Amino acid sequence: MSTEGKTAEQPPRSAILRPGETIGSVTDQISSIVLTRGTPRGWYLALAFSFSLLMLLLLSVTVLFARGIGIWGVNQPVGWGFAIVNFVWWVGIGHAGTLISAILLLLRQEWRTSINRFAEAMTLFAVACAGLFPLLHVGRPWLIYYFFPFPATTGMWPQFRSPLMWDAVAVGTYATVSLMFWYVGLIPDLATLRDRAKHTITRAIYGTLAMGWRGSAIHWERYHQAYVLLAALATPLVISVHTIVSFDFAVSIIPGWHTTVFPPYFVAGAIYSGFAMVLTLSIPLRAIYGLQNLITAKHLDNMAKVMLLSGLIVAYGYLMEHFVAWYGGHDAELFMLLNRMFGPYRMSYWALIACNVAIPQLLWFRRVRANVPLLFVLSIIVNIGMWLERYVIVITSLHRDALPSSWGNYTATFWDWSTYLGTIGLFLTLLFLFVRVLPVISISEMRELVEEHADEPAAKSEGSQT
Amino acid sequence: MNTAVELRDRVETFGWLAEFKTDDELLAACRAAYASGYRRMNAYAPYLVHGLAEAVGFRRSWVSVVTLAGGVLGGIAGFGLQYWTSAVDYPLDIGGRPLNSWPSFVPITFEAIILGASAAAVLGMLALNRLPEPWHPLFNVPAFDRASQDRFFLSIRSDDSQFDVERTRAFLEGLNPHAIHDVPPLPVKVDAR
Repeated sequence: MSTEGKTAEQPPRSAILRPGETIGSVTDQISSIVLTRGTPRGWYLALAFSFSLLMLLLLSVTVLFARGIGIWGVNQPVGWGFAIVNFVWWVGIGHAGTLISAILLLLRQEWRTSINRFAEAMTLFAVACAGLFPLLHVGRPWLIYYFFPFPATTGMWPQFRSPLMWDAVAVGTYATVSLMFWYVGLIPDLATLRDRAKHTITRAIYGTLAMGWRGSAIHWERYHQAYVLLAALATPLVISVHTIVSFDFAVSIIPGWHTTVFPPYFVAGAIYSGFAMVLTLSIPLRAIYGLQNLITAKHLDNMAKVMLLSGLIVAYGYLMEHFVAWYGGHDAELFMLLNRMFGPYRMSYWALIACNVAIPQLLWFRRVRANVPLLFVLSIIVNIGMWLERYVIVITSLHRDALPSSWGNYTATFWDWSTYLGTIGLFLTLLFLFVRVLPVISISEMRELVEEHADEPAAKSEGSQT
Repeated sequence: MNTAVELRDRVETFGWLAEFKTDDELLAACRAAYASGYRRMNAYAPYLVHGLAEAVGFRRSWVSVVTLAGGVLGGIAGFGLQYWTSAVDYPLDIGGRPLNSWPSFVPITFEAIILGASAAAVLGMLALNRLPEPWHPLFNVPAFDRASQDRFFLSIRSDDSQFDVERTRAFLEGLNPHAIHDVPPLPVKVDAR
């Protein structure tokens, strides 16, 4: 049935995989990035750049701990500045990783196989960046343990009725489950690297991480069940996490935050920005490592379509937000809306509409989705737009409340920007290290995909003969 | 005399390991071996081959049960913690509002269910598979490196009641494998590989 070697007669209809791939060839190609191909010079340059930004983070955090959050632009009335904006932005980016690995697995979308591994890695690193901001924003980070329910001499417990507490638990759970999901997915590939590594130390490191995986049929059966169950658990989890993030806003009674549309529209926004980030990362990755046969034009096209769809849901969210603010007839809501559109932050607002609603409509055209450099630019525009969205939501709702005497403006300081850029450095540094030491595409799932597609023509010809 | 040598005298082989080039050959070989009465056997593949575990006599994976248990325990613990801290250990009467304000406990209870179930799925899977297991006799066979790459293996252990060094080898040869390897039961020095 399944023939080894080149299946040259196979028609190129499975556009998610180049015909002629065998389980040996995908294993060679993906593991060689880590083991044998050497480190490209570009990687060193990229890591040096990212690492410099990471050092900027270290500097910013040191100054912050020494002098307090007064170095940021936050003050009355805008007590939530960049820290919350960046937190929501990073968490949202992370969500596409879970969506790709979990929801698309359950929906049997096999095109996910080429991109799920680094999308999951992206999730982990984005959540790490996100987690930093609440930690830094509490002002006294050495007291962060107050979040944990432990029997203290004060006899007090955390306030579990507070959305901030829900948020801490949700993001903590999300980080833990994402890590487990990612690691479980890596185990068979770590065994492959162990078995292909030439150097004793490399072999020992991958061997330890692989935990003695030997591909037993019985192990595979339990493994598969655990993996699918994790996917089924991660799916509601990812939706709950961003719902709870939106509760941080929606449960309060601030005009512009107190909206029932927030949970679904935040979840859609998270998927939107996450897919944009996956595109931003995968386009250079496939070019640098020559992975066009595994991450094909079909993948980019599919991701662009998901981006377009989630972007439309986000646009609908904006529309409803505006409609309800007008239709509700509440003065404060209406004022907030007009202030958002025409007040001091109007530039951010209109830039957000341009980046998130107007420009992405180009994705309707097949030509645009097939144009890789343009897609890359569009993905960056969406990333910027989604950041602006959170900026506008956080700042414009706070800076002019119902009492004009307490109005004020928010301006980000150097340290706001440096902390933000610093977390981008942290994210990229982790990502470059990951690309260098771990297989960036799931090898075992790729083999399964190759095998399924190798069986297809055989099954077809058998069918036609009978 | 050191124990390793003693053991080596007593147990001559872990069993035979037959190597195949495709998953279909392996699947057929496993079914044939099972039909011939072999039970202490296992198959190894570089990816999940559907039906392979059943072919070597695997019946029930308990991972789903363990996961359910983890979810139930996580949920009880999550809600219990909130209930006990808010309504029992440190009750705060704020305008007569109910102490057991369960709707506001829902998000954390939900997260606790997910966390408990996920941790149980992963740890349960590893425990049932008896992993981590850094060393196994099969790692003595250099060709077994390809079990994680592009080859398919069937092992029949020497402690199977049907096992006989010669007859089992002959049986495996009849399955037309790519190669048959002898599996030494104890660690072989790396330089001897």
